[in-house]
Amino acid sequence: MQNVSRKMGWLTSSVGRKQLIGVTGLGLCGFLVAHMAPNMLILFSAEMYNKYSHALISNPLIYAAEVGLLLLFLGHLVFALRLSWMNWRARDTRYAVMSNGPKRTAWAQRSLWAQGLVILVFVILHLITFKYGTHYSVTYDGVEMRDLHKLVVEVFSEPAYVIWYVVALFVLFFHLRHGLGSSLQTLGINHPRYNCAIKVASWAYAVIVVGGFLSQPIYVYLLQRG
Amino acid sequence: MAEQKGMTLNLKIWRQAGPKEKGEFLKIQAKNIIPDMSFLEMLDVVNEELVRTGKEPVEFDHDCREGICGACSLVINGNPHGPEVATTTCQLHMRKFKDGDSIVIEPFRAKSFPIVKDLVVDRSAFDRIQQAGGFITANTGAAQDANCIPVPKKNADLAFSSATCIGCGACVAACKNASASLFTSAKVAHLALLPQGQAEREERVLKMVAQMDAEGFGGCTNTGACSAACPVEISLENIARMNRDFLAASIKHR
Ligand code: FES
Repeated sequence: MQNVSRKMGWLTSSVGRKQLIGVTGLGLCGFLVAHMAPNMLILFSAEMYNKYSHALISNPLIYAAEVGLLLLFLGHLVFALRLSWMNWRARDTRYAVMSNGPKRTAWAQRSLWAQGLVILVFVILHLITFKYGTHYSVTYDGVEMRDLHKLVVEVFSEPAYVIWYVVALFVLFFHLRHGLGSSLQTLGINHPRYNCAIKVASWAYAVIVVGGFLSQPIYVYLLQRG
Repeated sequence: MAEQKGMTLNLKIWRQAGPKEKGEFLKIQAKNIIPDMSFLEMLDVVNEELVRTGKEPVEFDHDCREGICGACSLVINGNPHGPEVATTTCQLHMRKFKDGDSIVIEPFRAKSFPIVKDLVVDRSAFDRIQQAGGFITANTGAAQDANCIPVPKKNADLAFSSATCIGCGACVAACKNASASLFTSAKVAHLALLPQGQAEREERVLKMVAQMDAEGFGGCTNTGACSAACPVEISLENIARMNRDFLAASIKHR
């Protein structure tokens, strides 16, 4: 190996790529909140839930938002897979023994890539089930719209689906708990005065988002099942 | 002195004849090990026994044996430099083990640290990262009067804590990605915190990261295993400092 003695382009460096993963991850964190919070309407009434979803999909800006979201998702995924592959190849022989003392790496941190893949499968199935699922109709005040509520109740009456949903959300929890603080560290934010707050915020964010999402299928399964 | 009855330990030591050779574990008992011996002295006893019976001794790296040079290495039961935190292998004492313990001893494993022989690995990748920018080009002449260079006490302390990195490579050995981020960032941060380091600050971080990547080390995924294994407890704050300097330099440099 020689000295390369050159500077590094941002997106060709391991650091820059990781920063891109962090930024897209933060963007996706924002999306999760915007997705979880309004869906809580399902706890209140079918009409509110359907009217909100109608307002959302009939807004022409939704297409721009969808393209943006897709780019965030793909950027996060592609660069994370590339980095994981590079990381895997950086060690060509494996240790016979793993540490189990204070020098060990937590299981949740060693399996981030696997968590990501579970989330990917979940997102694909989730889109097939809901976005591209059965189209029921309902009319409120003379306006015909999609009865998404009916589909949601139908799906979450199925115990297998509810269980899969809960499992996938637990995986998401570990991913988010690591993700928020990790993104900030990658972007260079680490200061003894704020580190504790960042840790608390990562936990709180993961608990709130995952808790919010979890409440929906569980509520439907326990109280709305037909 | 009354005869001391030592411990007996069941060792599994990695043996590999050369870089391209296939390695395997040698099972051997270490007998009469006195608790006050260091881990390396225990290996010396094993080697003396091997030599006495006409076998080749186990190769391992060491130099100062007082925890300051960074030459010693070894992964002991999965822990770089052994189970004790903030300790180098040469400063690890056998009193931390019990009579009859099984101990697995492996080399630091990383593609960028190729095995030379047995437990010795080639860590010259670190030298090349350092050579890529871990210095100040201007001739600084003789040491100046301390008060001529204004460095706030806090910065001096921070720079000093980064400079304590002994370059042993335990961070790479511990990281699931074999990433050299902790080492590189300590070297970047050390000079970035001092006035003398400002002129080449952007150039330095860009070049050192480039060399780190070219050497084939993995990327950082913020698990913190490096800092946990570090014998001088270099903090993850250094990596954040390198990351933000790298981002800023990527935007600003010409
Ligand atoms: S031999 Fe010098 S630090 Fe261990």
